[in-house]
Amino acid sequence: MAKKALQGVRVVELAQLVAGPYCAKLLADLGAEVVKIEEPLTGDEARRRGPFLGDMPHHERSGLFLYLNTNKLGITLNIKTKTGREIFKRLVNWADILVEDKPPRVMPELGLDYENLRALNPRLIMTSITPFGQTGPYRDYKAYHLNIFHAGGEPSIMHQGSAVHRGSAIADRAPVKGPGFMGDYDCGLSAATATLAALYARGATDSGQHIDVSKQETLVSLERLENVLYPNRKKVETTAMIRASAQGRGMVGGLMRCKDGYVMMAAMQDSQWRGLVELMGSPEWTKDDKFKDELSRVLHSREATSRVQQWVADKTMEEIFRDGQERGVPVGKVNSPQDVVHSPQLKSRGFFVEIEHPATGKIEYPSAAYKLSKTPWSVARPAPLLGEHNEEIYCRLLDYARQDLAIMRENGVI
Amino acid sequence: MNKPPLDGVRIADFSWAWAGPYAAMLLAVMGAEVIKIESNQRLDHVRLRALGFGVFRGADRSPFFNDLNLNKLSVTLNLTQPEAVELAKRIVRISDIVVQNMRPGVMDRLGLGYEELQKVKPDIIYLSSSACGATGPERGYIGYAPTFAALGGADHLTGYPDAAPQPMSGSIDLRSAATSAFAILAALCYRQRTGEGQHIDLSSQETISVLLGEAIMDYTMNRRNQTREGNRDQAMAPHNCYRCRGGKWVTIAIATEEEWQAFCCAIGAPDWTKDPKFSDAYARHKNQDELDKRIAEWTINHTPYQVVRNLQKVGVAAFPSFDSKGLYSDRHLKERGVFTEVEHPVMGKRVVVAPHWKFSHTPAVPCRPAPLLGGHNEYVFGELLGMHLEEIAELEARGVIY
Repeated sequence: MAKKALQGVRVVELAQLVAGPYCAKLLADLGAEVVKIEEPLTGDEARRRGPFLGDMPHHERSGLFLYLNTNKLGITLNIKTKTGREIFKRLVNWADILVEDKPPRVMPELGLDYENLRALNPRLIMTSITPFGQTGPYRDYKAYHLNIFHAGGEPSIMHQGSAVHRGSAIADRAPVKGPGFMGDYDCGLSAATATLAALYARGATDSGQHIDVSKQETLVSLERLENVLYPNRKKVETTAMIRASAQGRGMVGGLMRCKDGYVMMAAMQDSQWRGLVELMGSPEWTKDDKFKDELSRVLHSREATSRVQQWVADKTMEEIFRDGQERGVPVGKVNSPQDVVHSPQLKSRGFFVEIEHPATGKIEYPSAAYKLSKTPWSVARPAPLLGEHNEEIYCRLLDYARQDLAIMRENGVI
Repeated sequence: MNKPPLDGVRIADFSWAWAGPYAAMLLAVMGAEVIKIESNQRLDHVRLRALGFGVFRGADRSPFFNDLNLNKLSVTLNLTQPEAVELAKRIVRISDIVVQNMRPGVMDRLGLGYEELQKVKPDIIYLSSSACGATGPERGYIGYAPTFAALGGADHLTGYPDAAPQPMSGSIDLRSAATSAFAILAALCYRQRTGEGQHIDLSSQETISVLLGEAIMDYTMNRRNQTREGNRDQAMAPHNCYRCRGGKWVTIAIATEEEWQAFCCAIGAPDWTKDPKFSDAYARHKNQDELDKRIAEWTINHTPYQVVRNLQKVGVAAFPSFDSKGLYSDRHLKERGVFTEVEHPVMGKRVVVAPHWKFSHTPAVPCRPAPLLGGHNEYVFGELLGMHLEEIAELEARGVIY
């Protein structure tokens, strides 16, 4: 039996959709015992979001939910009932960590704010994830992923487009969000990181604490270089500078159109440039003094980029990628999900794992981006069915009789 | 005064560029003492230049280096010299964690690979971060944020469906770094419990793919290859970014019938909202081109903040699409202390992004500027390693400390 990094760490998750569940998944996949609380009957909102297996909506067949909830135990509990809250408190008493994503007013209204929970369990680490944080004028604002991704500044930076967008109408269209739920995943990761730091600190202090995680701030910090350009230069240099950057000034490369898709190239250093020249068969134009060293190429990168683009246009993504990398040119294919799944590199690293689930059979899932030599990432169980572990948690852990369970079910507690 | 969460943890940081340094910085702002081991012989290129931003006027004049290396110490060691490698090992001996993001194999050749450093410090936690990971046929491939954003699948899924992808860039390195910091902390918690260190092999490309779980699952479950969708959603409508008065942008997203009704009411219930084309969520999704046009006709007469106030008041998710200026001027972020200032000895006052978690009992460390190149040679070699000043001077003269 392989050792697990977070063996023995107990987590209660009161969260849904992406950010909170991803935070708890990261812990669960490294061995923490996670009890996920869902609302009776309806469950996590992610159960109603696609993609669904075979495009048939079903609360046990959402790819989003299945991915985000591996290795967890699942129970149903209605904390709006008094009995529900008592049970919740007993779980908090058992736990090391509580991950919750309720709007800031909800937990205090239920008498479940940090101060109350701390009184029960002073060693508890409570991680609260909200769109805008627990304090400040926007604390009660609502935000979906679209809103929160735009709230972090990144769309305005991507907005200026690349060389291939030049002359197109992109700049007149609205800035765009990142892919899928990326900003929510980012926030789950950030919350899990802070949670582990608090867990480590608890080893020294024996005291838990409350962590206030704002999704917006997570995203602001991920664009920390561009997001401080304004106050440091006292003008919106972002636009002009980023446009210059995206158009390839300073960098030979950027996004380039091939015969069958796109590649991304960033040939900056001398050796990389030499590799690129060789790749192109050392055409005459590359011998011009304008491209003789890095600084000159920075100054004339627009011209170089457009020359390279012409050369790339009738090649395939695969040949530019392979032949380029063979010569030390930093180049990547713009991979679709299909390409990612078929990547020989990811296959060779065992990045995809097959997980069997009672409602879907076997499906391949992405695993993790890190390999810990002594405590490998692993899957012990698929995402829980709705209320799958009620009996295990309520009867085994909290000593309720099976009869109580039936009564609580009828009364809408679980 | 409460101590920060990682008080007493020390990191030997051999990393450069963006992803490695920011991983170590995340741990530095949580209280770890991070010693950046760098050299004039091979400068961290962020001290010199940034992709697309040009070249800076000196190794201590890079604002980007500052943003990615706050709260660290810096020593200079020319690792091509065996004596420098020995000194690096002495730093590792008093450290808990090693962070490095050279190409796979480079640290081994320098004599600073995991096996070697484990002999020096048996319980060391050693992070190797690379573009594609330390194993596999592409392990030697090089990359920067733009290339592994592409490889990981992010670019294909970002932008308008009828146009080229909108490449993601710098933030992608910071996402890789955030993942590294998490993996290191998991290993640190394990070491706290068992006394065992370990090696972490992290692939930047994979740090991006794991954030695209549902798109990848759609392929593995249904063989559907998703593509970019602008600001739209597979189910929700309205769900877009709309132009406002003055050219700024606002996002509005509606998930439920209740929110739709509140939205219609807030914009004054114009006749078009009663059109059967918008009568339920399905119809709205189907007719969203027209729906978006109608909504944009309303937003264009208001500022983003007016839209946000009107809609949030009735429980509808609306928020500005911010740029750097918008963020810095926003009252909520001011009150939350999202931006802070450091006084850099060469560049002067710099606004930086403050630590982005609020710990109630073990607060993150207030920001200190990034170190000057070799700025802590005396402290690290003198105080921590107990070397005499003459010895340090002699090693400097011979280009070992360089």
